[in-house]
Amino acid sequence: MELSLLTLCYLIGSLTFIIGLKMLSHPDSARKGNLVAAVGMAVAIFGTIFLYEEEGKKLGNYEWIFGGLILGTIVGVLAARKVKMTAMPEMVSLFNGMGGACAALISFIEFDHIKDAFAKGITIEIHAGTLITIFLGLIIGSVSFAGSVIAWGKLNGKIKDFAFPGQQIFNLVLLAATLVTAGYLVFNLNAENYWLFYGIAIASLIYGVLFVLPIGGADMPVVISLLNSFTGVAAACGGFLYDNQVMLTGGILVGAAGTLLTILMCKAMNRSLTNVLIGSFGGNKFSGASASQGPQGNYKEISISDAAVCMCYANKVIIVPGYGLAVAQAQHTCHELEKLLEEKGVAVTYAIHPVAGRMPGHMNVLLAEADVSYDKLQEMEQANDEFKTTDVVLILGANDVVNPAAKTDPSSPIYGMPILEVEQAKTVIVNKRSMKPGYAGIENELFFQPKTSMLFGDAKAALQKLVTEIKAL
Amino acid sequence: MEAVLNWIQAHIEIIYIVLLSIFLGIEVIGRVPSVLHTPLMSGANAIHGVVIIGAIIVMGKVEPGNYIALVIGFLAVVLGTLNVVGGFVVTDRMLEMFKKKK
Repeated sequence: MELSLLTLCYLIGSLTFIIGLKMLSHPDSARKGNLVAAVGMAVAIFGTIFLYEEEGKKLGNYEWIFGGLILGTIVGVLAARKVKMTAMPEMVSLFNGMGGACAALISFIEFDHIKDAFAKGITIEIHAGTLITIFLGLIIGSVSFAGSVIAWGKLNGKIKDFAFPGQQIFNLVLLAATLVTAGYLVFNLNAENYWLFYGIAIASLIYGVLFVLPIGGADMPVVISLLNSFTGVAAACGGFLYDNQVMLTGGILVGAAGTLLTILMCKAMNRSLTNVLIGSFGGNKFSGASASQGPQGNYKEISISDAAVCMCYANKVIIVPGYGLAVAQAQHTCHELEKLLEEKGVAVTYAIHPVAGRMPGHMNVLLAEADVSYDKLQEMEQANDEFKTTDVVLILGANDVVNPAAKTDPSSPIYGMPILEVEQAKTVIVNKRSMKPGYAGIENELFFQPKTSMLFGDAKAALQKLVTEIKAL
Repeated sequence: MEAVLNWIQAHIEIIYIVLLSIFLGIEVIGRVPSVLHTPLMSGANAIHGVVIIGAIIVMGKVEPGNYIALVIGFLAVVLGTLNVVGGFVVTDRMLEMFKKKK
């Protein structure tokens, strides 16, 4: 009876995950969808704790289990509540890494039982299938953990890009060696060679690190999304191991959805996944070369009051927010500026590049936080039609997504990426902290065009000054 | 080889679940607007935290004297919980901002 009740719990869990994901892909129902999935998760977790039994034996060690749950909940809630909106992507990456580590640790304990049997000289029969899932859980979980931690470090600037010659080949060899060793062990595991298990664990961790290290910071969202689907597969391995349907459905759903999401993100940047993973744009190759070139040509600066006048007497202004706006936490001030200009009869909209900010959709979240209305946000294609009839484009801390080199210069590392064609507008005002290149590490010729003027300074400070100036007009 | 075949035979239901789930996962988010990419990734991230169930099962089966396994299991439960709870809370915070205009 209790066991069938557990089956029901798992059924509910699986269903809520599917419904939750479905609802999450719709703006109106997204928040409820998240809640639905969370409730289903709680049902599955508590069902497991109280109803699970194997050969008539219930689970033990409740104090350890609840201790872990409580500790994890407290830290998890605090971390998730306290993190700044701009730091969301790295937080997601870190949580993803935790899940990967969890999957790897499960494999460790399962393997521990096998090892004990060897130590006591007991011959046990282990199914090849069981070993395969243990090894897969270990490898995928470890890669996901190590990779996510590196991605987290990269996004918050603690870890720099790093690559050495032949790294791609080294990675491939390492991965192949790991998989071959694991495959060998599956069929030939014995008391002499079981230690290779730990070698596999270490090799997987190293692979995870080396896999993410050379990939440029701007591509991190894609990598996180990919690692996210990895962890999904690692969770599904646990489902295999314990014949557990909810782990299976949950894991595979995320594995599949995550893979699709990764591809969608790549598409938004008009690049293929292989190009992201191997091309490593923003890697040493490119940034090294262009950083030494320094700024080329002349640019002109504009004063705050000139910029204010210029925008006040325009008919149509489009704001292009980028990462600079996000780090400066300037979304609220930006909204204030927008309202002020609207009062003066200027039509103001926002042009959102699909990868503006640090992750697709990140900028929309930030602007929504500042109460910017939905219909003011224009997607790229829509905005590109509008630029021709626009008087002033105000670029706030965006760089690579407005770089015309993506269209004109085939040698540029970002060539082929769809951009916001701001150069079609009459005037372009660029707010940046300095002339330093953006994430891809390349110069932006837009800044040197005659219709462009630069407004240096922190996005928030500059916007505040603009607001005061416009109020005074 | 035969072992693998037998194993497939014994787990045929699970294999069906996997195959269908793959298509379902792709279908279900097929038409997501790019605005929701980040929250969706975060939500999916929380869902794969379901791995915690494995951690709980493994933990509950460890003999009370086996401290190495207990500590590793405990760590697994903590990390899994972090993934689940943190994941859902972060997603909720993101989506909170999408609330309708009053």
